[in-house]
Amino acid sequence: MKEGVARFWREIPQRYNFMGNKCEVCSRMFFPPRESCPICRRKSIGKMKDLKFSGKGEVITYSIIHVGPSGFEEQTPYPIAIIRLEEGPQITAQIVDCPLDEIKIGMKVESTFRKIQQDGRTGAIYYGYKFKKQR
Amino acid sequence: MRDVAVIGVGLTKFGELWDKSFRQLIAEAGSKAILDAKIEGKDIDALYVGSMSSGRFVDQEHIGALVAEVSGFSQLHIPATRVEGACASGSLAIREGYLSIASGINDVVVVGGIEKMNDVGGSEATDILAAASDQEWEAFFGATFPGIYAMIATRHMHEYGTTKQQLAQVAVKNHANGVNNPYAQYQSAISLESVMKATMVAYPLGLMDCSPVSDGAASVVLCAADKAKKFTDKPVKIIGSGQASDTLALHGRRDICTLDATVHAAKMAYNQANVTPKDIDFAEVHDCFTIAEICAIEDLGFIEKGKGGTAIDNKITTMDGSLPVNTSGGLKAKGHPVGATGVAQIVELTLQLRNEAGKRQVKDARIGLAHNVGGSGATCVVHIMEGM
Repeated sequence: MKEGVARFWREIPQRYNFMGNKCEVCSRMFFPPRESCPICRRKSIGKMKDLKFSGKGEVITYSIIHVGPSGFEEQTPYPIAIIRLEEGPQITAQIVDCPLDEIKIGMKVESTFRKIQQDGRTGAIYYGYKFKKQR
Repeated sequence: MRDVAVIGVGLTKFGELWDKSFRQLIAEAGSKAILDAKIEGKDIDALYVGSMSSGRFVDQEHIGALVAEVSGFSQLHIPATRVEGACASGSLAIREGYLSIASGINDVVVVGGIEKMNDVGGSEATDILAAASDQEWEAFFGATFPGIYAMIATRHMHEYGTTKQQLAQVAVKNHANGVNNPYAQYQSAISLESVMKATMVAYPLGLMDCSPVSDGAASVVLCAADKAKKFTDKPVKIIGSGQASDTLALHGRRDICTLDATVHAAKMAYNQANVTPKDIDFAEVHDCFTIAEICAIEDLGFIEKGKGGTAIDNKITTMDGSLPVNTSGGLKAKGHPVGATGVAQIVELTLQLRNEAGKRQVKDARIGLAHNVGGSGATCVVHIMEGM
């Protein structure tokens, strides 16, 4: 990534602790948190409340990355998936601790705290969520 | 609102153009278009340039003015604006030029599109293209651009039974078309087997499901339709222009397999042109990956949702089919210098509607459609054109 570290620690509540938010007008939940609700729009201003997500969800679709971007070259091949969280929103994350041929659409998964990438050998290490099969 | 016509087109060859610079490429495409339109510098009211990431590919921003300068117009002080919308930058520039003429502000506008992608290495190019996705919530977690389209493919296969072989057929078809385009990066046919066996990039997409990294530029001259005949006897009218947006991240969309931005941009363009998908004789669609062409023909309303793969099997979109798609070779075979792509699509539509497309000419082509996507569908621009 090679950005200043502030760009990373700013997102720590979301990436480490699954902090999203909820529109108190329509009760829809958002991850990552949104400044306003795209359904209620102006009515939601000032009414978005922090909410910790469960980190549980289901695989909606996936791919196996064979050609990785910078920072991920040594992880290939790795699975990446879109996961629909229990609370409704969908996110993109890696699947871990699962043989590649066992990954399926509909698979129930839960989040786990992992190293995501690193700026070279001596650079900052970035952490965040990946997902594993629900036990 | 005034009608707008294309009165001139210009293209450079697309490919790995080691001996040509960013400046040479855009100057070449622009001067070809200007000569084709038979206009002079003094006729030009404004200039728009589409480029996704000149800053990261060649370390040069501020390219609106630069393009005016290298085209020889620095003494004319023509207003020059750069437009960006990832891989849709080119068609956004077309639309800005179009709007400025339709509004009555300008009469003659030159539009350019360019990307010089091979001055950085392959992995750097991958990183730059990933900036078209959601950097914080997709790319950060290791999603590559091919990976994002691969996730559309996996879901399409799951929901509709689309097969890897149907995806591969898209690449085979577009390469077959590219054979007849002297400007294409790849002017060679490929076998189904070679696509199926190509090295994996992001399952289920292999290397031959992906458009290449390319250098190239394209340019068109737009003119108020009522003044077009002053310059040329073969103007081609833009009868519909649509644009729409959606979430940057694929995961934020209503449906993984539908690009709603395409649906909305198409609706806007069809309504303005007062035509339906059935009226379209041929189309250039955004096949950055094979699955993208399948989604495009569905989302543009040519084929029912989910039947895109079957349509490929039935050869509906080949040169001899009822709706030839990507006669130029598409992004896959013609090449995909991202900022140039949307402009190059308008060049292809113009050549077809002027009956100047040579061996790839669509017989009796009357109405054509161009579809250009930015990112995985966060921006979409659709243009519909008709011969005058």
